[in-house]
Amino acid sequence: MADFWDIYALPTIIIVGYILAIVLPLLVAVAYLTLYERKVMALMQLRKGPNVVGPFGLLQPLADGAKLFFKETVVPSGANKVLFLLAPMMTFILSLIAWAVIPFDDDMVLSNINVGALYLFAISSLGVYGIIVAGWASNSRYPFLGALRSAAQMVSYEVSIGFVIVTVLLCAGTLNLSGIVLSQKGDLGMFSWWFVPLFPMFIIFFISILAETNRHPFDLPEAEAELVAGYQTEYSSMAFALFFLGEYANMILMSAICTILFLGGWLPPADWAIFTWIPGVVWFGIKIAILLFVFIWVRATLPRYRYDQLMRLGWKVFLPFSLLWVVLTAGFLVYFDKIPA
Amino acid sequence: MGYIDKQARSLLLTEIVTGMATTFRYMFKTKATINYPYEKGPLSPRFRGEHVLRRYPNGEERCIACKLCEAACPALAITIEAEPRGDDGSRRTTRYDIDMTKCIYCGFCQEACPVDAIVQGPNFEFATETREELFYDKEKLLANGDRWEQEIAQNLVADAPYR
Repeated sequence: MADFWDIYALPTIIIVGYILAIVLPLLVAVAYLTLYERKVMALMQLRKGPNVVGPFGLLQPLADGAKLFFKETVVPSGANKVLFLLAPMMTFILSLIAWAVIPFDDDMVLSNINVGALYLFAISSLGVYGIIVAGWASNSRYPFLGALRSAAQMVSYEVSIGFVIVTVLLCAGTLNLSGIVLSQKGDLGMFSWWFVPLFPMFIIFFISILAETNRHPFDLPEAEAELVAGYQTEYSSMAFALFFLGEYANMILMSAICTILFLGGWLPPADWAIFTWIPGVVWFGIKIAILLFVFIWVRATLPRYRYDQLMRLGWKVFLPFSLLWVVLTAGFLVYFDKIPA
Repeated sequence: MGYIDKQARSLLLTEIVTGMATTFRYMFKTKATINYPYEKGPLSPRFRGEHVLRRYPNGEERCIACKLCEAACPALAITIEAEPRGDDGSRRTTRYDIDMTKCIYCGFCQEACPVDAIVQGPNFEFATETREELFYDKEKLLANGDRWEQEIAQNLVADAPYR
């Protein structure tokens, strides 16, 4: 019995504790990301944004959540009920399990696996299933079109994301995410992070994650002007809320990946005493918040791409460009004998 | 050369960057929002809001039941019935109804009125929970008149030079 306790039960409880310690703050972050987005968008459009519920509208996300929670879940009569209800769960779960390998600080990671980058890539590719299942199971036109677009879009941009990750891996010499962060530790502080030598790749990666998370200006899957709400059209109540949470958790996740790959993860921007006192988690959070700000900023600035422009950008601009850059980087590393051990 | 210039511009995202700079500047501009229930925008003295029936300072109602407003009303929202009043035989309305759900707030009734009895006041917050509450009768209109007399008198004075 003691064996059972020591070998199985206790580690399980500890791991569940870790998981809750990651997921709960994440959900709060998602809730406040919606407020952040509404506030920033409002400011850029000369409005004030939500400011009635609680001080500065700080309770607005909770009010929205409560509203969605008490709404009726409507399942269309023509829908495939099992898949219809499974799809939002898939989106939501997939956006959460990726966090298992994200290093928040030195040694602060749920599972420090050596193929972290591959795992993330796999999970983010699976994300399209939630959307396409939702679109198919709704048995309705707009969701179906939205899901088709979304699948095509995510597949297209994943290719260039893959090449960008390859470039970073070539430079870092490891697939372990903590290792990638540590490989950016240098004498130059923030200028030794990968976004400086690989700047074009950083930009391509950022634009691709906009497409990958179906954000503006690539939000064609839910282009409200053409497709009502895309694959979410038939969803209501908590099913909709799960999609919403999943989508925003994905935004945070993608920003986290971008931070790890290019912005030095938890590393402070310089080795000065004040900066090193601040814990790594805080730096990680600040970098994610900055990237999320850019997400919202882009949304407030740019109009939606046309579908053919989107595909052209993905296949005829980003793909050759990132491929070229992979070759250049690899050639550089080999020629100057700088391949990391 | 033009081709290279164009390609370089699109590759360096110049237009997107300038656009983003614009939105970033706008973030710090003064906001146009008015906190509506707490702050309100200015109203013109000619504002055509909720109708009122006015009285003379001595308390006598102004309306003489000429029915010009009823005739002028393009939405047929006004219904008037009239007969000589019992005590002094002056011509008065016995019924003055405005169906606020029909009214299009054109202000013709106000313009038609020879004695400034029916006036559209500055009040625009008279939403109700039922439709029936919007069928205004004479009592309601006179009560509105008593309530808004001060503002309406000021507005009429302010607008008089332009009429």
